Amino acid sequence: MTATAALDRAANTSPATTEPVLVARGLTKRYGDVLAVDAVDLEVHPGEVYGFLGPNGAGKTTTMRMLLGLIRPTAGTATVLGHRPGSPQALAEVGALVESPGFYPYLSGRDNLRVLARYSGTPSYRIGAVLELVDLAGRAGDRFSTYSLGMKQRLGVAAALLKDPRLLILDEPTNGLDPAGMAEMRELVRRLGEEGRAVLLSSHLLGEVQQVCDRIGIIAGGRIVTESTVSELRGQADLVVVAEPLSQAHQVIAGLVGDGAVAQQGDALRCQVPAQQVAEVNRALVSAGIDVTELRREEKSLEEVFLSLTGSGATIGEGGSHVG
Amino acid sequence: MLASVGAEWMKLRKRPSTWVLGGVWLAMLVFFAYVLPYLTADSDTGPEAAGALASTLPAELVGNAVAGYALFGGALALILGALSAGSEYGWGTVKTALTQGPGRLNVLGGMLAALGLTLVGMVVLTFAVSAGASAIVASIESAPYDWPPVADIVTGMAGGWLVLAMFALGGVALGTATRGTSMAIGLGLVWVFVVEGLIRASASALEFLDTVQRALPGVNGGSLTAALGARTVEEGGAPGVSTLISGWQATLVVAVLAGGFALVAGWLQRARDVV
Ligand SMILES: Nc1ncnc2c1ncn2[C@@H]1O[C@H](COP(=O)(O)OP(=O)(O)O)[C@@H](O)[C@H]1O
Ligand SMILES: [Mg+2]
Repeated sequence: MTATAALDRAANTSPATTEPVLVARGLTKRYGDVLAVDAVDLEVHPGEVYGFLGPNGAGKTTTMRMLLGLIRPTAGTATVLGHRPGSPQALAEVGALVESPGFYPYLSGRDNLRVLARYSGTPSYRIGAVLELVDLAGRAGDRFSTYSLGMKQRLGVAAALLKDPRLLILDEPTNGLDPAGMAEMRELVRRLGEEGRAVLLSSHLLGEVQQVCDRIGIIAGGRIVTESTVSELRGQADLVVVAEPLSQAHQVIAGLVGDGAVAQQGDALRCQVPAQQVAEVNRALVSAGIDVTELRREEKSLEEVFLSLTGSGATIGEGGSHVG
Repeated sequence: MLASVGAEWMKLRKRPSTWVLGGVWLAMLVFFAYVLPYLTADSDTGPEAAGALASTLPAELVGNAVAGYALFGGALALILGALSAGSEYGWGTVKTALTQGPGRLNVLGGMLAALGLTLVGMVVLTFAVSAGASAIVASIESAPYDWPPVADIVTGMAGGWLVLAMFALGGVALGTATRGTSMAIGLGLVWVFVVEGLIRASASALEFLDTVQRALPGVNGGSLTAALGARTVEEGGAPGVSTLISGWQATLVVAVLAGGFALVAGWLQRARDVV
């Protein structure tokens, strides 16, 4: 019930005026006894970066493979740019990086892209451009087998960009990258979204999707547990307050957000405060003459978000209430 | 499909194993079809030695060039096909190629066409190297440069190509079915070098095995090359060459088997999930 509410909210905030570039309805994949993907509904709109967030084995890759026509769904339907997944028409404007980047080890990075450009009928001037974009131009003449994990991953992204696609499907593109590489990748994905491309980005890192995505669908056990905007997820971050005297601070904050939303944790208070109310809490504490030594928002780990979203309905209700 | 042919052609051309296989083939050709028979004839007398020497002369160009196709050449073509199809699974490039969007059968068609082109190159090289080798033998032996008619050479090339293409398609089907190279090559070579030999050896004793052997790729390939002029095993020729089946029937069976392998590969390529 509450998951539906989350979906409704998401629909309100998404740019519903444009035709979605990607629609999935009840997409399901069963491997023997394993229900890898269970009735996934998904919509991605032009210019939107959609984060597909879930732990390993949640069904992210399987969903993406279905959207690319690599595997057949057991049930459900999907359209990609208005066409059947995997059809030449659908793939003409889709770039994809699924799971680990697959390239010909004996060919150079550039020759690998040449081969792919031939398959897709992409003009060869794109090759230099995408190599430049992922910062591989200097090593493009080296054999793929000599690349580091990060370079392989970047070549995978370059390949995904080759067709100058309207829709990008990127499956954990930061896998194997060092922190600097991850930051670069996030920057790249964000830029792609700003260029008006739609991006479906999967990840098991909450921080990662938070930083680049407009909307996030959380998938666990093959089901989309909830869909929300980044600000909604941010809203669920706790406010940690260290102040003197602590008991007085407790009273002041409880007066603003309710007693149930404040809990003492060691010498700090852990409060559920909506993002837009943080400044107000700060003002109230200060004007009450309380010494505030620390006031920070502590985002929950993916695990905590999961628990709060799947554990009890009440938590979701609270999480969602301060947005509407 | 031209685009996919171009992509596959580039992969094949730049792949070291293509050149290794081609080099191994040509080295085997020169040694077993020319150097060895020549040395045998040199150190021996009698009808077999005379036959061996004759086979290396320009007049026997066609038969001698295609003689190895039914077994060794076929095995190498099978490896080539299995490597082309199977490696894509090992490297995870199946998904990369398919998501470029040409369509599954288009990608496979490109692979088959590029393999076919590569085999054309192999056949032309085989004939060129054979011609060179027999010209050398002729000059040493002061024998006449008695080249076969062009029509025979063209027929020989076409027939030889068909035999190689059948084996390469068998390799592609195996590589696709096993989603890899090692199992495909292993099974293929066991078939070519062991299973067919055992069936042939037992065929005289068991009637149904005689029927079975007439459908085998190696037996038909061997009969086709014999019809093109290769010396049979009994005449001291290459292993696998026999006149068990008439030339036309063998050609038909080879073509049907080739088509069957292509259909199997196509069906698998189209129907299966790429995981
Ligand atoms: N080819 C397959 N055969 C059987 N089970 C599979 C196959 N592919 C994926 N699965 C199972 O489906 C579930 C989802 O996997 P996957 O989509 O790879 O998850 P994710 O990408 O989110 O880590 C896992 O339980 C996985 O073991
Ligand atoms: Mg995955």
